[in-house]
Amino acid sequence: MIQEQQWLLSLGTFLPLAGVLVMLFIPRKNEVLAKEVGIVTAAATLLVGIYTLTQFDYGQAEKLQFFTTNEWIKPINATFTIGLDGISLPLYILSMVITLLVMVYSWDHIPEPGNAKAFFILMLVLQTGMAGTFIAQDLILFFVFFEVVLLPMYFMIGVWGGENRQYASLKFFLYTMFGSALMLVAFIALYITSKSASFAFADLTAAGANVGRTAAMWIFAGMFIGFAVKVPMFPFHTWLPDAHTQAPTQGSVILAAILLKLGTYGFVRIALPMLPQAAKSWAPVIGVLAVIGIIYGALGCLAQTDMKRLIAFSSVAHMGFVMLGISTLTPLGINAAMFGMVAHGLITGMLFFIAGSVKERYHTLEIKRLSGMLIQMPRLGWILGFCAMASLGLPGLAGFWGEFPAIISSWNPAEVLVANGHEGLYRGLTIVAALGTVLAAAYLLWLYQRTSFGTPNPEFAGDHGHGDGHGDGHSDIHDVGIYEWIAWTPLLIAIVVFGVYPQLMFKVMDPAVTHLFGK
Amino acid sequence: MLASLLAFARPDVDYHALAPEIVLAAGLCLVLLLDLFVPDHRRWITGTVAGFVLLGAFIPVATLAVIGGDVRSLFDGRYVIDEFALALKGLFLLAGYVVVLLSSNEMEEGGYHQGEYYVLLLTSVLGMVMMASSRDLISVFVALEFLSIPAYMMAAWRKRDTKSNEAGVKYYLLGVFASAVLLYGMSLLFGLAKSTKLSEIGAAIGDGSKAAAVLGIVFVIVGFAFKVSAVPFHTWAPDTYQGAPTPVTAFLSVASKAAGFTGLVAMVYLAFPMAKDVYQPFMWVLAALTMTVGNLLALKQTNIVRMLAYSSVSQGGFILMPLAVAGTGDAAGPALKAVVVYLLIYAATNLGAFAVIIAVSRTTRSGEISSWGGLFNYAPGLAVMMTIFLASLAGIPPLGGWYAKFGAFRAVVDAGSGWGYTIAVIGAINAVVATAYYITVMREMWMKPAPDGRVSAVKVPSPVVVAIALCGIGTLLMGVLPGSVARFGDLADLTHAFGG
Repeated sequence: MIQEQQWLLSLGTFLPLAGVLVMLFIPRKNEVLAKEVGIVTAAATLLVGIYTLTQFDYGQAEKLQFFTTNEWIKPINATFTIGLDGISLPLYILSMVITLLVMVYSWDHIPEPGNAKAFFILMLVLQTGMAGTFIAQDLILFFVFFEVVLLPMYFMIGVWGGENRQYASLKFFLYTMFGSALMLVAFIALYITSKSASFAFADLTAAGANVGRTAAMWIFAGMFIGFAVKVPMFPFHTWLPDAHTQAPTQGSVILAAILLKLGTYGFVRIALPMLPQAAKSWAPVIGVLAVIGIIYGALGCLAQTDMKRLIAFSSVAHMGFVMLGISTLTPLGINAAMFGMVAHGLITGMLFFIAGSVKERYHTLEIKRLSGMLIQMPRLGWILGFCAMASLGLPGLAGFWGEFPAIISSWNPAEVLVANGHEGLYRGLTIVAALGTVLAAAYLLWLYQRTSFGTPNPEFAGDHGHGDGHGDGHSDIHDVGIYEWIAWTPLLIAIVVFGVYPQLMFKVMDPAVTHLFGK
Repeated sequence: MLASLLAFARPDVDYHALAPEIVLAAGLCLVLLLDLFVPDHRRWITGTVAGFVLLGAFIPVATLAVIGGDVRSLFDGRYVIDEFALALKGLFLLAGYVVVLLSSNEMEEGGYHQGEYYVLLLTSVLGMVMMASSRDLISVFVALEFLSIPAYMMAAWRKRDTKSNEAGVKYYLLGVFASAVLLYGMSLLFGLAKSTKLSEIGAAIGDGSKAAAVLGIVFVIVGFAFKVSAVPFHTWAPDTYQGAPTPVTAFLSVASKAAGFTGLVAMVYLAFPMAKDVYQPFMWVLAALTMTVGNLLALKQTNIVRMLAYSSVSQGGFILMPLAVAGTGDAAGPALKAVVVYLLIYAATNLGAFAVIIAVSRTTRSGEISSWGGLFNYAPGLAVMMTIFLASLAGIPPLGGWYAKFGAFRAVVDAGSGWGYTIAVIGAINAVVATAYYITVMREMWMKPAPDGRVSAVKVPSPVVVAIALCGIGTLLMGVLPGSVARFGDLADLTHAFGG
């Protein structure tokens, strides 16, 4: 543990709340000021994040840095313990980047029914919850941050979402609540049965071996449901397509890029290290469900008629690869999973941005009504093509380095799994998962072909505005706008950079992963 | 005879320890006198004075808590001021103050008898404050009647409204019935122990294997189960809550309920602590039934006060839950702590919710949940506060309610028994079901249009604003820094007193 600049992580996490406090005093009519304060806050937060990047000691990425621990809830031995290592760092920074970019995008894309002030406040609260989850080193603190994101996202979907928003938001909320209630009981049971000195991760990891085998299996099951709902893993995924489809663009991006990662991060940080024995027994189950998710998600994609819903199902498939990597219990697999989390955040986040922009221009996401985007809006069309390629795992782009090592690692799972006679099962999973990448190529290329190739749909050819209040005499169909460029360019660059030079992220994560799982 | 009278020695009275009760008693006489001499149009003074009396009574509670130190035990250990008592006295006094804030406009505009109302309110609070310290069958019973009888009248305060009359009568009839049951149980306990002091009863009853002891324990629990509206003894609650004036409902669902739990806890921990084979299964069934049935009925409600009434029944189940394992293993300490902390957090949250209801229904003139549509658009502040209170009731971090639920779960898991784990899972499922009806209101406020196209802001009277702010700060603070309340109800302090 490196206990220098202990204030840094708290500042980065809670700064958005300071922005919220300021925004509370801005009159609702003054939307421009509200947006400015929101964006300045998010930018300041990201600056703190960049400063954190420069101060991080990459030579000791396996250690928790900027570590600080304080008394918090003494009667139950919960502490305010935070720290950052190579596993947390990429996700922590990613959450800050995504929030800022989403806010920039929102400058001229506030969804119906408006109210920029509330919208920006919710995004800032979300940011605190997300960043806090990635730095928490105490189970109770983790739980609190994990839950902080729940209400803002519920309101984001429910107030600013599409037609079916109320149903989708309720489904999202109840699923997540159900998962976290069981998770909380599992956390408490872990603390009590392990007789740990406190809820701090370090204490629990050390004491985890005290838990009896049967109890450990049950506790792991509780955590599994909590995290699996969030990921989401098959068969707990059914909230996701609805939530994603109905959420406003900004909500979909944050959901895909960060919120889903809270679940996978929980597996890597909490469930596996604290209950290694139970993890060994559960790993094959996780692996099988992960691969079912890959295939099911891909088949689901092929059946979709709505572009956004298709991207949502592709999330199920991609998170399947991440979970497959985790289920191998090997450093390689978990490295791949960690990389896959970030890559999926960048790529699927971009895809949702594009879907939002397409919807704004055509007022529909029905694939069969879209065509010829490359002619009508060449830049948007090319960006969609680029992201589709990245998403299907084209080598040289970020998506590849999440999927490919995950598949490889499943061929040679951890020795304990081999010893338990699961090698054959995992080899089978490898083959099915590899087939999944073919399906991924199929649905993404098919999507691209249907929407971007060919001639523009005559329906939109001479579009001079719909009668729905958006069009004021000129066409809604225009190429990528300035705020879109600002919001998207960093993501596009990151996809290329991490694709060409994945070592940039692997070298940060690997020491920490090896430290946790290399034993 | 005369000699024995003359030999009476005045017991030592610790006036500092009794100061809250003395201030309240003097204060309620003062309000009564004021009511006689103040002209009609200035009757609001009685409310203001009542508020100051409650705050004044809070001062000695605070000083006693700050001084800390030894447990102050009066009258041969039958009236005890320890941290448990102080925490609950603080709760009753502050809850009473918030209710005064909520009542002032309602009473003023309704043209009700203000003076009498505040006198009754103060009397009821005095009974609660006494309950927190009572460690004797007689003082427990006297305190219970003291707090209940004024509440019967307050429930029927809108006397020209048949619903309010129904509320009062129902509450009264079932209340006195419960008292009778309780008294019968107490008489059995007294018969076995030949003492009214709780700790002596506890020693005499032992593990409660005698049939009379079992009957006594069950009757006592049933008596209190009426007070805390545990299923199946809850039937009065929804009608009474809906019919009573809303500030009174807030008072009943928070303070009166907490007082019931205070008495129940004292009985469980002192009068029959070793009879766990008798009370634990009974509490287990009560808790499981209460949280489940309360929830299922709350799901169907369309009136917000009725919904909160059933929600409060269900919350009561969560407070009972730790008591179902209070005798198993090491769970006694966490269970007691869980109950006290739950009561404190629930009080702030539920009072806040009722405060917002009062503020909103002044404008909408309706109790239907559907009338809350579009609140976020025309009164964003109230909508956000209501969201905070509802989310806290649902147990979503970082709002107080999560820690209350956490403590309850921790206690039952700590017991390490199959019964404990089972009720933990039942509780977890119920916690999720409960969110469904809290979220209905949130959805109405945030996502539905206003039913009558209302756009103008809601005017909230300043006392109600203060009440909402107090409850909101409390709810947030206890969620973010639960350590601030969690130290109350430490068993170390309690067993010291309880064992005495």
